[in-house]
Amino acid sequence: MSASENIPLPAGLTAAARPSLAGWQRGLLVVAGAVVAIAPAFLLESFQLFQLTTAVIMGLAVLGLNMVTGYNGQISLGHGAFYALGAYSTAILMSHLDWSFWATLPVSAAVCGLVGYGIGFPALRLGGLYLALTTFSLAVAVPQILKYKAFEDWTGGVQGLFLVKPDAPAWLPGELTSDQWMYFVAVIVAAACFLLCWNLIRGRIGRALMATRDHPVAAEAMGMDIATLKTRAFAVSAMVTGIAGSLSAVAIEFVAPDSFSLMVSITLFVGMVVGGVASILGSLFGGLFVIFVPNIAEAISKAAPGVIYGIILIAFLFILPDGFAGLLRRIAGRLRRRG
Amino acid sequence: MDGFAHQIIAGIATGGIYASVALALVMIYQATHHVNFAQGEMATLSTFIAWAMVEAGIPYWLAFVATVLVSFIIGVLVERLLMRPVQNAPVLTHVGVFIGLLLIVGNMTGWIFGYTTKVFPSPFTSSGPLMGGLISAHELGSTAVTLVVLTLVFLFFRYTSLGLAMRAAAYNPRSARLVGIRVGWMLALGWGLAAAIGAVAGMMVAPVVFLDPTMMTGILLYAFAGALIGGIDNPLGAVIGGFAVGVLENLAGAYVVGTELKLTVALAIIIGVLVVRPSGLLGRVVASRV
Repeated sequence: MSASENIPLPAGLTAAARPSLAGWQRGLLVVAGAVVAIAPAFLLESFQLFQLTTAVIMGLAVLGLNMVTGYNGQISLGHGAFYALGAYSTAILMSHLDWSFWATLPVSAAVCGLVGYGIGFPALRLGGLYLALTTFSLAVAVPQILKYKAFEDWTGGVQGLFLVKPDAPAWLPGELTSDQWMYFVAVIVAAACFLLCWNLIRGRIGRALMATRDHPVAAEAMGMDIATLKTRAFAVSAMVTGIAGSLSAVAIEFVAPDSFSLMVSITLFVGMVVGGVASILGSLFGGLFVIFVPNIAEAISKAAPGVIYGIILIAFLFILPDGFAGLLRRIAGRLRRRG
Repeated sequence: MDGFAHQIIAGIATGGIYASVALALVMIYQATHHVNFAQGEMATLSTFIAWAMVEAGIPYWLAFVATVLVSFIIGVLVERLLMRPVQNAPVLTHVGVFIGLLLIVGNMTGWIFGYTTKVFPSPFTSSGPLMGGLISAHELGSTAVTLVVLTLVFLFFRYTSLGLAMRAAAYNPRSARLVGIRVGWMLALGWGLAAAIGAVAGMMVAPVVFLDPTMMTGILLYAFAGALIGGIDNPLGAVIGGFAVGVLENLAGAYVVGTELKLTVALAIIIGVLVVRPSGLLGRVVASRV
């Protein structure tokens, strides 16, 4: 839970307290990051690339959860609902109204943000465990709501809706397959969201969010408007997870009620804990983890992924409560002291 | 009118099941201030154990008692092994452990016993219709069992020294420790009792909904709703709340929203209670000092 290492220092102090990177080093990091992000599109088989795409999307969804649960301390076990809302917004606009995928993104983001903002209000009155409980029941009820007859004309009921992946635009050089293009779409959208969240967290608002989490009374005494912060954190979080849902709808080319069961919400939660609570980069690790580990575990038995998930989740909570991100941070700290 | 009466009685019968699970939730909440998300999965596992015993030819009631004992031990072990090490950790960690437990127990059940739906026997059979066909033998029997369990729990807490010690440990752990109560073991005992009550509820509901690894998910939600209506720290309130939710759910299912949205009714009740009256009908209003 300790997030003290994440809290950025005031600008003047940074140089003295932390060895900051020179301009060219920073540029090198960005280039290296871009290469690591682009290379898989040309190196991997199409199924592996598809998996990596879903991992990036999951990472984005986990980031959304992290914004409200990790940084703001409002425990949500129901983020699968926003994931479903985003997916369905995009699917309905694309299949009923023939919108292009890019046009649906802002609409889906706005819908999810608004609904998240709305849910943030009852959440204000519910502390810790009660909020977890309420969002848990939301997650359980999602498939039922999606199957409801009154919405069937729009949602397609139990059958769900089919979509088509966007094709690579013609002006791009080379012949990109739709799988490669989908991967780039996911990476670009995710990168933009990660950048936005990172900017939000490292600034004044991020510090206010964490202060509200760690000591609400003190935060309020310092003049922070807790209700506004918390509801807006919920809105941002729902928006990010909803965008991930939109991406998943086109990547999988299909939405149906039963793919948004309680398991989605639990998966997001597991991804957050394993990747690192209150860590931006950790969310990405979380996404990779929840996509690739179950595939390995599935080879053992149908039930094995669940059991292994559970064991890994508890093991992380006991041994590595900071997740992968915390582990990396510790290793980096040790190297720095030595060097 | 006959249909309406039948809906109410059927609601009371299912409400009895919710009441017992709600009671199990309140037991853990009273002892530890936790809400166990894995309660339903643990009860399902217990029911599967009972099923395996009955299939092996053990008489029903012997299997019943054995299952309750085994579940009690499982509950104690869970507290000792999983909850104790994170006792002082933040709420997020507790929620994480509950979710982990839910995943492990739920999937283990599926792994061991398979995902096919199984028929679970009911010990209550009758030769003719009861009360003019308004109620089935199983509904009557399971309501009776629920009431017996409730009475036993009440007597245990009210009139035995162990019950008194458990209440003391929950109410004021530090003073309780000073007078020689082993607070840690009282918590473990609370988990054991809750698991045992959950097992009874599972065995009573299984003949109605059929046995499969996800049998309890919906029931757990209704029980949450019941516990919240009554006040999460009040056993009697949980029972009344459980019955109320049972009736409400049946009436709403029959006359208002149809069966497809039944779970959403539970969600609406939970949010409604938490927003309008977070302490429930019979709960104490807790003010905390800052």
